[in-house]
Amino acid sequence: MKRARLLLLLLFVCLIASATFAQARRERPVPDDPALEKRLQNLSQELRCLVCQNETLAESRADLAEDLRDEIRQQMKAGKSDKEIVAFLTERYGQFILYRPQVTPATYLLWFGPFVLLLVGLVVLFAYIKQRRELIPEQPLSSDERKRAEDMLRSSSGKERA
Amino acid sequence: MLRYLIPLGLFLVLVVFLAIGLGRDPREVPSPLINKAAPTFRLPQLKEPSKTFSAEDMRGKVWVLNVWASWCISCRDEHPLLIDYAKSGAVPIYGLNWKDQREDALAWLDELGDPYIASAVDLDGRVAIDYGVYGAPETYLIDQAGVIRYKHIGPVTPDVWKQKFLPLAQQLNREGASR
Repeated sequence: MKRARLLLLLLFVCLIASATFAQARRERPVPDDPALEKRLQNLSQELRCLVCQNETLAESRADLAEDLRDEIRQQMKAGKSDKEIVAFLTERYGQFILYRPQVTPATYLLWFGPFVLLLVGLVVLFAYIKQRRELIPEQPLSSDERKRAEDMLRSSSGKERA
Repeated sequence: MLRYLIPLGLFLVLVVFLAIGLGRDPREVPSPLINKAAPTFRLPQLKEPSKTFSAEDMRGKVWVLNVWASWCISCRDEHPLLIDYAKSGAVPIYGLNWKDQREDALAWLDELGDPYIASAVDLDGRVAIDYGVYGAPETYLIDQAGVIRYKHIGPVTPDVWKQKFLPLAQQLNREGASR
C-alpha cells in the first residue's frame, strides 16, 4: 500500500515535470487576429504536414508545421490570397503538400481510376448474370409435375382460408 | 483452365504493385525544385558571423549544399561520410545549418570535424522553406548556373555519393569546361 502511494507520487511528479518542459519548449506569440487565425486554420486543413505525412498542417505539432504555419500567417498578413500561398508552397514542396491533389494528367488515374474499376466490375457482373441465365434453360413442367404443383397450391391456399 | 488462370493473373498483378509500393520510401517526396534555379539567400556564416554566404557566391562552380543541424540524429550518421567526401576534394561541400543554436552547432563541428568549406546559419528556417526542406539531412547538387540538379533526402550513403553525386558533378564540370 505504501509502495503504491509512493509510485503514485512519483508518477505525479513526472507528470508535472513533463508539463513544465512542454511549456518551456515553445513560446509562440499569442494570435492577435482571430479572423486571420480562422483563415489559417481553414487553409492549413487542406495542406499536408511533410514530417507526419498523415496529418494536416493544421493538426501537426511538428516543428516544420509550426514554421510553415508562421510563414502562411505572415503571407496572409502581407495580403496574399490563399491561391498565391498554395502556389508558393507547391513550388517548394510539390503537389504532395496538397491533401486534395489537383486534377492533372498525372492524377487522372487517382481521380477516375475507382470509377473505371466500378464500371469494369458492373460490366463483368452483367456479363456473368447473362451467361448464367443462358446456362439454365427453362424446362417446361411435365403434366405430372403440373398436377402436383397445383395440388400443393390448392392445399396451402385452403389452409390459409381455414 | 481459364477460371484458374484469371485469378492467378490478377493476384500476380497485385503482387507486382505491392512489391513496387513496398520498395518505395514514403518519406522521399520528389522535389519540384530539380532543374530550377536554387533559391537565393544571403546568411551569416557559422564560424565567422561577420561574413555572409550566398548561393550567388558559388556561380561558376558545381557545389553541394548539405542541410544539417546538431539536433538531427541522421546527420550524425552522415557526418563521417561527408568528411570523407570533402577530403576527396571532388566537389566543394557547403552547409546550411538549419534552426540550430550557434554554440551547439560549433561544438558539434569541434567534436566531429568540419566537412564544410562554410556553413550558412538559417536560424529561423526561412531559407530551408525556400529549398523545400522537410527533414535534415537533405543534400543538393547545384551547377555553375545556380540550378539545382539533384536532391537527396536522408544521409548521403557512399552508394548514393558514388552513383549519383559524383557522376553528375563530373559531367557538369566537363560540360562547364567545354563551354
